[in-house]
Amino acid sequence: MANSAVPEQKPDRETPKFSNEAKKKFDELLTRYDSKRSALLPVLHLAQDEFGSLSDSVVEYVAELMDLSPAQVTEVVSFYHMYHRHPVGQHHLQFCMTLSCWMAGSHQLYKNTCSRLGIKPGEVTPDGKFSVAKVECLGSCGSAPIVQVNEAYYENLNPEKLNRLINSCKEGEPQTP
Amino acid sequence: MMRETQHHRNMRPMAVDLSPAPGEKRILLEHLGVQGIRRISVYESKGGYNALKKILEKKLSPDQVIEAVKGSGIRGRGGAGFPTGLKWNFVPKDQSKPHYLLCNADESEPGTFKDRVILEHLPHMMIEGMIIGAYAVQAKKSYVYIRGEYTYATKIVEEAIKEAYRAGYLGKNILGSGFDHDMFVHRGAGAYICGEETGLISSLEGKKGWPKLKPPFPAVEGYLKCPTVVNNVETLAAVPWIINNGDKAYSGIGTEKSTGTKLWSVSGDVVRQGVFEVECGASFQTLLEDCCRGMKDGRKLKAVIPGGSSAPILTAAEAMDMTLDYESIASKGSMLGSGGMIILDETRDLVQVLKNLSEFYHDESCGQCTPCREGTGWLMKILHSFTEKQARPIDLELLKTTSNNMIGRTICVLADSIAMPVLSYIEKFPEEFDRYLSESSGQSSLSEKLQAKELL
Repeated sequence: MANSAVPEQKPDRETPKFSNEAKKKFDELLTRYDSKRSALLPVLHLAQDEFGSLSDSVVEYVAELMDLSPAQVTEVVSFYHMYHRHPVGQHHLQFCMTLSCWMAGSHQLYKNTCSRLGIKPGEVTPDGKFSVAKVECLGSCGSAPIVQVNEAYYENLNPEKLNRLINSCKEGEPQTP
Repeated sequence: MMRETQHHRNMRPMAVDLSPAPGEKRILLEHLGVQGIRRISVYESKGGYNALKKILEKKLSPDQVIEAVKGSGIRGRGGAGFPTGLKWNFVPKDQSKPHYLLCNADESEPGTFKDRVILEHLPHMMIEGMIIGAYAVQAKKSYVYIRGEYTYATKIVEEAIKEAYRAGYLGKNILGSGFDHDMFVHRGAGAYICGEETGLISSLEGKKGWPKLKPPFPAVEGYLKCPTVVNNVETLAAVPWIINNGDKAYSGIGTEKSTGTKLWSVSGDVVRQGVFEVECGASFQTLLEDCCRGMKDGRKLKAVIPGGSSAPILTAAEAMDMTLDYESIASKGSMLGSGGMIILDETRDLVQVLKNLSEFYHDESCGQCTPCREGTGWLMKILHSFTEKQARPIDLELLKTTSNNMIGRTICVLADSIAMPVLSYIEKFPEEFDRYLSESSGQSSLSEKLQAKELL
């Protein structure tokens, strides 16, 4: 008899799952609020830290954890600038483009960086090291221009300092220039 | 709660000179330069938490605390300038629903960076103010909503809250008073609109930061539809001083309607940029000449954005004639706002400046109300047509009608925050627009360029 078995269903992607440490953090976050949904923003930060980006499968996982629909989670993810649907570089360079930084030359720094690294927003360098983004006022108007790289602010920049910062990132030891 | 990357060790306080400047009157920032003032022991050695102790040990009633804050005359320092004591008084006295206090640390008004100084250096002053505020409105829980980008400030505030718990200023039965209070940090995720108090509440509820129609006001129906007070960092940080020194001492500083001091964030074309604490009612010259040491490179002052980018622009003459209080700045057709002052010298092209701001508001419109979602985009596109030298004479009128059709027609004031500046730039600096018009072809190929994303 011919083997008519249905081909084994292979999941097209791994189902994400929090590490024990992240799960502990998740449980603790829920205790802070009088409604479960209130924990969504911090949980999304946690998920992004854990999985690198908030892909569809991560969104589905978070939705299930939070008793929400994937659509409810997606609309929140897409609303806030700091959540990424796709992975960013190991060094995510975010240039403030708003008035005081712009007056201090942030557009030129941004352009120089894009051409030096050969990328545009939404792209990552082939080695996975860098990505760039234009962002709005970061609250560093008195120490402009500024680039935020991951969690750190690099202030009072100029083209030389920015080059030194990028060089130090390339060497794997980011230094405040 | 942040993933540590290689950049973690490079997190540090804002890189500006915070030493006292001539012309300042430091009340909130009195101990800013004290080594380690962000630690609880150092803060206590400078009289920290005495205001909270005074209230709880002398068993002052919540109403007495509200009366003191009312008497001080302090107005909200986030931008709207609403009297703080009055806001607290709107909270119902019954406890049929839980009450909440939210500290708005979502500082994101362009030109504003003063709350960052408090968060990074004087977190306990804000925390003490929050506990006092929570006691006054009988809130059992409070949240510090910090913008997601302020990672260093978040770390400092989280450490400070832990210290306050260990010292018994937070948690159960605070200082034996029977008052319980828990405090948490809530990180935003990058959205200007969450600085609007009802947008902040939506965000805290785990949703998009969509503002809500008022009334009902948050004091009656806020977070989770419960009575909620939302106060700015600077406002809350002033509360311990008011309790320690008395409402009369505070209202004795400043002017009759603008009491106390105000933190000004000054950026742009001045010699010394930074955060300066100045008595309300001081002259603009005090801030420009004494604190900021005048204009950079000896250039002339052209214009001033006095209270964050949402504030209508002032000419140099208007600025020179104003004093630093709510009434004086309003009388010039602008507002004190957040105190985020941007100084523009004679070389600045104000059409380019306005175009830059229009991009910000277009990007940050939450999209809920049509006049704002569409209007901010139209303003931006028309301003692009000016800077691309493709504007038609009618486009100046179009800027005005678009702005007038945005003002007052939306749930929150984000639309007004760009529409009013647009009108002010055109009214006060018409020659800047005329220059572009005279150089314009009047043949707009703007839409094709925009579609090709060449301009964005």
